[in-house]
Amino acid sequence: MNKQNAATSHRQKNTEKSHRIVSTGVYYRVFFGLMVLLILTVAVAFVDAGPWGSAIALTIAIAKALLIMLFFMHVWYSSHLTQVFAAAALFWLGVLFVLALSDYLTRGNQWTTAM
Amino acid sequence: MTTHLEHHFDNLEQQHEAATLGMWVFLATEVLLFGGFFLGYAVYRMAYPQAFADATHHLALPEALPWYLKSIFLGTVNTAILLCSSLMVALAVHAAQEGKNRGVVRFLVAAIVLGVLFLFIKGLEYYLKYEEHLVPGLTFSYEGANPLVAQIFFSFYFVGTGLHALHMLIGIGVLAVIAWMSARQHFSAEYYTPVEMAGIYWHFVDVVWVFLFPLFYLMGLHR
Repeated sequence: MNKQNAATSHRQKNTEKSHRIVSTGVYYRVFFGLMVLLILTVAVAFVDAGPWGSAIALTIAIAKALLIMLFFMHVWYSSHLTQVFAAAALFWLGVLFVLALSDYLTRGNQWTTAM
Repeated sequence: MTTHLEHHFDNLEQQHEAATLGMWVFLATEVLLFGGFFLGYAVYRMAYPQAFADATHHLALPEALPWYLKSIFLGTVNTAILLCSSLMVALAVHAAQEGKNRGVVRFLVAAIVLGVLFLFIKGLEYYLKYEEHLVPGLTFSYEGANPLVAQIFFSFYFVGTGLHALHMLIGIGVLAVIAWMSARQHFSAEYYTPVEMAGIYWHFVDVVWVFLFPLFYLMGLHR
């Protein structure tokens, strides 16, 4: 009985969470953050950051993508199951990259000499 | 209100949750579609770091063109336009949650106008690349070192941005249908799932561009 109640309240919490209306202030702040990151990444691209240039550009891109996913796409406010589904997409993307690059990055430069 | 509830769901909450999960399963397939493209790009970029950096510079900062026609300017403006359109869509979903159909229509029309503007600027960029003979397969001519690798870079550029533009076209169509449904008072504070799902799709297309932008416009700009 107690267990059932706990399960019900958990479900209610989840559905309440998924239907929470996000205030427009959150959207405006996220948008402001995205524009600041855009200006930052373009400015950094003109500066000589050596080998760090690409790492900075990609880190800023990931930060922008996370802001959009969590707040504009409501992942932050979604049920745990939806969050698992969203994370699964990124997990499989990670599998694709790790397995493929563990091959290409350990071949030396043999495969590039053809070009 | 209950007319929107399909018979195989217990209630609107459950129906909304199922729609959200279905949307994310679809987006997972989209992530892997674009993921394959980004992986190919990463493999070639790591194999030819210098040639790819040179080609990025060639793409973003063509010396022959005035500043307002250089791709770095057009691409930055386009990124800002897409981010604005995403804000409009987020505000449209908010209006839908409050049951304000007129607000939904207004914000969605703004997002559609921004999306069309993005595609117009993208088209202008394609035209300029064509004029500069940078379209692989069509009289490709490139003064930098390693034109063969540059041709691979520009192939990635046209395939990646082209696939993204195709998604934009579909997204604009989806937003137009949702705007039309809103104008006909189809949604309410109790039922706005299609508005939210269309929004999630539009934001996803925005996320793809957020990664395309540094890969083709920024990485290699400084020399």
